Amino acid sequence: MTGLPIAVVGASAAGLAAAEALRRFGWRGPLTLIGDEPHLPYDRPPLSKQLLHGAWTPEKLLLRTAEQLARLDLDLRLGTRATGLDVAGRALTLDGGVGVSPLAQGRERRRPLRRRDHCDRCRGPYPARRRPHRRSAHPAHPRRRAGPARPAGQGGTPGSEGVAAGGGGRRLVIVGNGVLGCEAAAVARELGHEVTLVGIEATPMAAAVGTEVGELLAEEHRARGVRLLTGAVDGFETAPADPAGGGDMAAADDLPGAAPQVTAVRLADGCRLPADLVLLAIGSRPAVDWLDDPALDTSDGLRCDAYCAAAPGVYAAGDVARWDHPVHGRPLRFEHRMNATEQGMAAARNLLAELAAEASGPARAEDAAAAGAEDAGPAPERRPFAPVPYFWSDQYAVKIQAYGLTAGADRVETTVLDRAARRALALYGRDGSAVGVLAAGLPPRQVRALRAVIAAPLPWEEARERIAAATAAG
Amino acid sequence: MKITLDADKCCAAGQCVLIAPEVFDQRDEDGVVVLLDAEPPAGAHDAVREAAAICPAAVIEVDV
Repeated sequence: MTGLPIAVVGASAAGLAAAEALRRFGWRGPLTLIGDEPHLPYDRPPLSKQLLHGAWTPEKLLLRTAEQLARLDLDLRLGTRATGLDVAGRALTLDGGVGVSPLAQGRERRRPLRRRDHCDRCRGPYPARRRPHRRSAHPAHPRRRAGPARPAGQGGTPGSEGVAAGGGGRRLVIVGNGVLGCEAAAVARELGHEVTLVGIEATPMAAAVGTEVGELLAEEHRARGVRLLTGAVDGFETAPADPAGGGDMAAADDLPGAAPQVTAVRLADGCRLPADLVLLAIGSRPAVDWLDDPALDTSDGLRCDAYCAAAPGVYAAGDVARWDHPVHGRPLRFEHRMNATEQGMAAARNLLAELAAEASGPARAEDAAAAGAEDAGPAPERRPFAPVPYFWSDQYAVKIQAYGLTAGADRVETTVLDRAARRALALYGRDGSAVGVLAAGLPPRQVRALRAVIAAPLPWEEARERIAAATAAG
Repeated sequence: MKITLDADKCCAAGQCVLIAPEVFDQRDEDGVVVLLDAEPPAGAHDAVREAAAICPAAVIEVDV
């Protein structure tokens, strides 16, 4: 062995997929998985759906059992934050947390030594998830980050707290009218809460799906009793915590016990929205502040090439990665669940290919026998990562599924198939080509067929015809 | 190989059907996964492992 582990920073969907893929593709060397949260890898999409609803307990979010993780033979470091990366030295710095050897703490940076007992030396890949950027402290709830894994009935998580509990009837203001805010609004209405959804988009979710699909969903939200507002939030009004009954807010993971209770949300236009609970769904920023090595471009996520490589030996996957999509011909970054898995796997494969190529070079012959992946068959070639992007959203009984690119379109053609049932089909174009398609309420066979149509950009008229054919057949 | 599903977690992405159509299908009404063959032949094993790895809801468990 070289003694150098592969370190994966980020223990969520992308990081886990990368770690599993590394093992599946033959990496037998040391493998470190680092996550800043204390929990075993868990899934995020259900946070705004089943968990918020109370239908699932937090345990059900776990992506793998402890037993399944054990089979990966990981050096699993939870509650541990990566604080620095020396790209040329391939040295990773960790801060605090469990199980970090003293040598790895603080800001030590040193050239990699060929020993395996210091975890601050690494080779990529570098899949990392975003950490939600907390622009606002109390009194609102940060989303997409589960709290302590307690059953909902015993205090729940920041996500479910106060929404699933209490039997409905509370005044909830959701700030942010993107996909996440809309999903949360749907759940909260189903639980009987009084819901106001306020955001800066004139039509909910318009940035993600266009105005016509957004309006169709807005109709469903209004029909279900959600109050939809457009506006910017100016601030929050609070009252001192009720020491006897302030448990809801105080349970959020970063709030002190005496956190004040929110009473209202103030909008920039002077409007005041009384609230018992506030949920922030205002988006996130990739957690790249710690990647301050000038060799890395972190202007919007971590910039990667078509192979998901940010630098030699350093790869990225998931929400944080902005890479050159070879089919769409421009750098893209997705905060989609499917991309996290697919890109984690792709980054793992490409890293191993790079290590194999490195090891087979004459100067690195010494490493060849020790690369850890030498028994994985013929050295694989690195492959550009060219997925068909996919995302879904569940709101009430409406399921939305989209392939390709729907955001950033300069042309959208929406066909409403059944307004009352919220069934629709939309085609998204950019620069004269069709690049994305969305289906609401279509049967699964038709939805799958749409994927093949939009796998690569194609002429607009051809896309229209093929989509009509795909959705006409059974 | 033995496959088990936690279909309750299925989000109906349909990736498993795209990858291993002889092993997985989706219910017409809601797209939830249907297992066609719980013990598929060796020729399908790679595809099943791929489907299990890629499933965005961690629904598919493969017991080798």
